[in-house]
Amino acid sequence: MTISTIYSLVGVALLGMGLHALIIHSHLVRKILALNIAGAGVFLFLVAVAGRTPGPLPDPVPHTMVLTGIVVAVSATALALALACRIHQETGSAHITENEPE
Amino acid sequence: MSLNEILNPVTLPAWIVSVPLAAAVLAVVLPKTGGWAGIFTAILTAAMVAALGHEILVHGPVQMVIGGWLPPLGIALYADGLSAAMLGITALVSGCITLYARGYFSGSAASRRFWPLWMFLWAALNALFLSADIFNLYVTLELLGLSAVALVALSGTADAFRAAVRYLLVGLTGSLIYLTGVAFFYAVTGTLGLNIKVAVGSAPASMTVPFALMAAGLILKSALFPMHFWLPPAHANAPAPVSAALSALVVKGSFYILLRLWFTVFMPFINPFSAQLVGMLAAAAIIWGSLQALLAERLKLLVAYSTVAQIGYLFLIFPLSSIAQGGPNAWFGGLYFVLSHACAKAAVFLSAGAVMHCCGHDRIRDLHGIVARLPVSVFAFALAGVSLIGLPPSGGFIAKWLYLNKALVAGQWWWGVVMIIGGLLATAYIFRFFARAFINTPEVAAGRPVPWIMEWTALGLAFCAIILGLAAPAVTRLLDVGNPFQ
Repeated sequence: MTISTIYSLVGVALLGMGLHALIIHSHLVRKILALNIAGAGVFLFLVAVAGRTPGPLPDPVPHTMVLTGIVVAVSATALALALACRIHQETGSAHITENEPE
Repeated sequence: MSLNEILNPVTLPAWIVSVPLAAAVLAVVLPKTGGWAGIFTAILTAAMVAALGHEILVHGPVQMVIGGWLPPLGIALYADGLSAAMLGITALVSGCITLYARGYFSGSAASRRFWPLWMFLWAALNALFLSADIFNLYVTLELLGLSAVALVALSGTADAFRAAVRYLLVGLTGSLIYLTGVAFFYAVTGTLGLNIKVAVGSAPASMTVPFALMAAGLILKSALFPMHFWLPPAHANAPAPVSAALSALVVKGSFYILLRLWFTVFMPFINPFSAQLVGMLAAAAIIWGSLQALLAERLKLLVAYSTVAQIGYLFLIFPLSSIAQGGPNAWFGGLYFVLSHACAKAAVFLSAGAVMHCCGHDRIRDLHGIVARLPVSVFAFALAGVSLIGLPPSGGFIAKWLYLNKALVAGQWWWGVVMIIGGLLATAYIFRFFARAFINTPEVAAGRPVPWIMEWTALGLAFCAIILGLAAPAVTRLLDVGNPFQ
């Protein structure tokens, strides 16, 4: 098993754990954290893909994808946290539950 | 760089993305100019898209590499007939929404937040329809999602915030799954290009994981049944111009990506079973969405569930186009659904917004005799309804006719049955509103006057949905440029 395979397996495992936590928790901050962990899993997987190329230098394309992905993840997290704060202000709770009135 | 090079039609894709982006930045820096920046963008974008469409009709698909940096590290833009049609419908619908929003937000505090976000959304849509690689599509999907979520939250109610955050979480999950698919695709093929049939040499089994992941993420983002749960609250709680943009254009963004992937990149690897599976989900969406629309208490919720049903029609393109007999009829039919639904649904949401602006609520029960107050809006709703139901001579009719034709020729009559049931249910839910609106009563529901621009832009869009039916030959000629069945 190469180091790159280990990284990709860990990446996929993180993605799975993140998505699982995203579904089972109702607290918004936990959901946002879960998404970030899932995202980190995808980034790790991409880094592992970059390391698979033969030769001393890794493939730069997955690296640029990870850099762009991190920028997107930061902005999305900021927006999600801002919304979570507003929901807490308006309703006194930061949970979103199923079957809420539409 | 000489002026000639800048004005070369080949650079048009870059301008079509940068103009709304520049307007968005302008609207952030100088909030008072927001409304005018919107009008300016609408006019300029429409002109540029028309020029691009002309260029594509005459010289074929347009390709450009930004700054001379070659992919995969640089960004390539690509436009064929399908891109031009999507850009065109976006320019038309967004232009009308821009005019409507000037009336809707006039004098409200939300106005200065609306304009920059709206221009960002428009830039994201244009970039999406012009992207030539699957990673750029991921970035545009996220830009689209973030601006759409912020726009939903503009209403400022607790319900809108909850709907917005749920929309955001679902959207991020969908794009993350899509991104995982992109990573797998790159790991297998070593490329990200959307229009090159690079994958043909790969073993079919190795394409299953990337395809399944990308399709799952995009299906979640396009709200195909049973992944539609987030759509009705988000679309029903947003301000009216935003609801119209979300239902008419934003859901089409992720659908467009799936369409491209399915018919260019993955076509050789798709087995008939997965196409039929998507078809079954589509059929369930049509029936379930229509039934929920029949039961909805609020007008905007009714319209949002109608979108769930109409998304089902869009996805019927996959089972119907995956069969060779009968030619590319279903392909044109599906694209016709995209175009006519964009006009019709935007018109319906804008009319519903006028009703809500007038009465302060949208409970269907309490809208008795509203036609006396808003004759133009109710007429717009009716005309757009003609297209949603699929009656001639509307765009919706052409779409259904092409689908039915292909379903019969290809021996898949069961999709025809679903479409006919869907049409009947659509008639029923559209008439639920009319049954209240046209009641002849001395005590008409109370309301305040609505700016004329809000009523007439909705009517204009509804007319476009009908005209699309009459202009079918011209539109299919454009869609034919670069169609994957040639």
